[in-house]
Amino acid sequence: MALSHIRLRQVAGQVATIAITLFGLLLLTFVIGRMMPADPVRAIVGEDASRETYEMVFNQLGLDRPIWEQFLRYLGDVLTGNFGTSIRTGQPVIEDILHVMPATIELATFAILIGAGLGIPLGVTAAVNKDRWPDHLVRVFSLFGHSMPIFWTGMIALLVFYAGLGWVGGSGRMSQFYIGLIDERTGFLLIDSLLAGDRDVFWSAVNHLILPASLLGYSSSAYITRMTRSFMLDQLGQEYMTTARVKGLSRGQTIWRHAFGNIRVQLVTIIALAYGGLLEGAVLIETVFAWPGFGQYLTNNLIIGDMNAVMTCVLIVGCIFILLNLISDLLYRLFDPRTK
Amino acid sequence: MTSTARPHSRLPAPLLALRNIIAFLWRTPTSAFGLIVLSVLILTALFAPWIASHDPYLQDLNNVLQPPGNGHLFGTDELGRDIFSRLVWGARITLRIVFLVTIVVGPIGLLVGTTAGYIGGRFDTVMMRITDIFLSFPSLILSLAFVAALGPSLNNAIIAIGLTAWPPIARLARAETLTFRKADYIAAARLQGASALRIIVKSIMPMCLPSVMIRLTLNMATIILTAAGLGFLGLGAQPPLPEWGAMIATGRRYMIDSWWLVTFPGLAILSVSLAFNLLGDGLRDALDPKQMNRR
Repeated sequence: MALSHIRLRQVAGQVATIAITLFGLLLLTFVIGRMMPADPVRAIVGEDASRETYEMVFNQLGLDRPIWEQFLRYLGDVLTGNFGTSIRTGQPVIEDILHVMPATIELATFAILIGAGLGIPLGVTAAVNKDRWPDHLVRVFSLFGHSMPIFWTGMIALLVFYAGLGWVGGSGRMSQFYIGLIDERTGFLLIDSLLAGDRDVFWSAVNHLILPASLLGYSSSAYITRMTRSFMLDQLGQEYMTTARVKGLSRGQTIWRHAFGNIRVQLVTIIALAYGGLLEGAVLIETVFAWPGFGQYLTNNLIIGDMNAVMTCVLIVGCIFILLNLISDLLYRLFDPRTK
Repeated sequence: MTSTARPHSRLPAPLLALRNIIAFLWRTPTSAFGLIVLSVLILTALFAPWIASHDPYLQDLNNVLQPPGNGHLFGTDELGRDIFSRLVWGARITLRIVFLVTIVVGPIGLLVGTTAGYIGGRFDTVMMRITDIFLSFPSLILSLAFVAALGPSLNNAIIAIGLTAWPPIARLARAETLTFRKADYIAAARLQGASALRIIVKSIMPMCLPSVMIRLTLNMATIILTAAGLGFLGLGAQPPLPEWGAMIATGRRYMIDSWWLVTFPGLAILSVSLAFNLLGDGLRDALDPKQMNRR
């Protein structure tokens, strides 16, 4: 009984924290939106609208009201799911974003699979061989991934693997040839093409996905490698490892079954956070690969100064981060008996 | 700290520190490599007028898109400008970013972190909540939004990066402050009648400085990449400034036929950010007490 009471208070505290963070997030996006140099009224009415039209729209947008009232209005709009319309496409911003999101999720999911598949074994290898040459090699390899300007690596990779060797598809999600052939059901091209039973489109999509996903994955593997190494080092120094060895278990068994078994929870939380970090790389890599996803949508609107779209994008990224933090926290509590 | 001054050592303090630094660099050759690259960067920036072979802004339309060689070490760009000379002058821009971000982010992070940690209570909660809000964004996306609001330029990019880079520093300074807030020497200072401000500035900040510097070194790689990314997206340094990211952006159009336009600026960014990472990584390992105990 007492325990559930404590639990309840914990949950209430967490909900309050999230609410405050969300409020701060909204305040931040509001301030950024108001600071933007682009005139939102001009963007709607055009350059040669009459003075009356201009003032009508100005008043319609509530720009004549005091700033705190504008903020309350923005808050109310967001809470009721109204994020405004995009000046560029004339559609509700949220619809635009939902339309481009699957492309980014597809890219980020493949990237994180590559990143974790690369980072975890490397991290374990480095920890087991601490201060010997495999450790140094892994360190340089992963720091390299962390240091490369991903937009540049993307170009060089295109130059080598697409223009030079012709191993992979170029920019975009699939060859120009196939665009419009597949009905959009889920927005995830790999799934849609499988549903349609079109193998050619599927392989074209894989061919286009593999290069940007590998680069993003490599850049995120640096973080995963470092954390895996440090978690493993914590475990390898514990006494139960010695006990396990004395019991007669082989080195491999102690490393993979005992030490690695104990860090799995921590790894899941780290990978959840790395997944969010991929959004950042996605902004740049999507620009290089002309990938019609969230990152490209954000940069395109930044350049033309579409305020509603930019504010909503920033807000969504913030929410995704809060959500991922929450998920990793929950996973930690669910799977780690010590946190109970 | 590494300065494990033994009582019997006769060396004066500065020499001892130097010896420790040399010993550290000897032990971790990767950090030494990082330091060498950064020294080259600083020297290049300092002596740019003498190192550069051409005027970085001088256009020569008879000599556009020349491959490396023929008097142009790294070739020429689409306006016939010498790429090597532009890279050399670009080192100054990179250093300017590093320097300005450091003097913006260091003090803000230190001030927020130490006051929050020392005063505690409500103030601490509010400050850390604000820090968390900033931390809940990937730095590039928040910088993008700030630059969009401020208007694209190199200085605005630096301000935007500064605005997004202080939260981790503040977190770190707060954590450090909490560990010695209750220390005897702080209590002694308080009993002598020192004000909170005096204690924070004189007794707490100097103690936080080493770890803050290391953290800044480590974050500098990310900061350089963010600045280059902003330049690449056209939101940072504007042409004709020879900023490396912006050079890649303009070179992109000619990339397929003239690989040298994007390759060399990219290598420059890569080596500087790698150097910061290598140096910071070594410093962290050398100064992390947890790692030392394990040895």
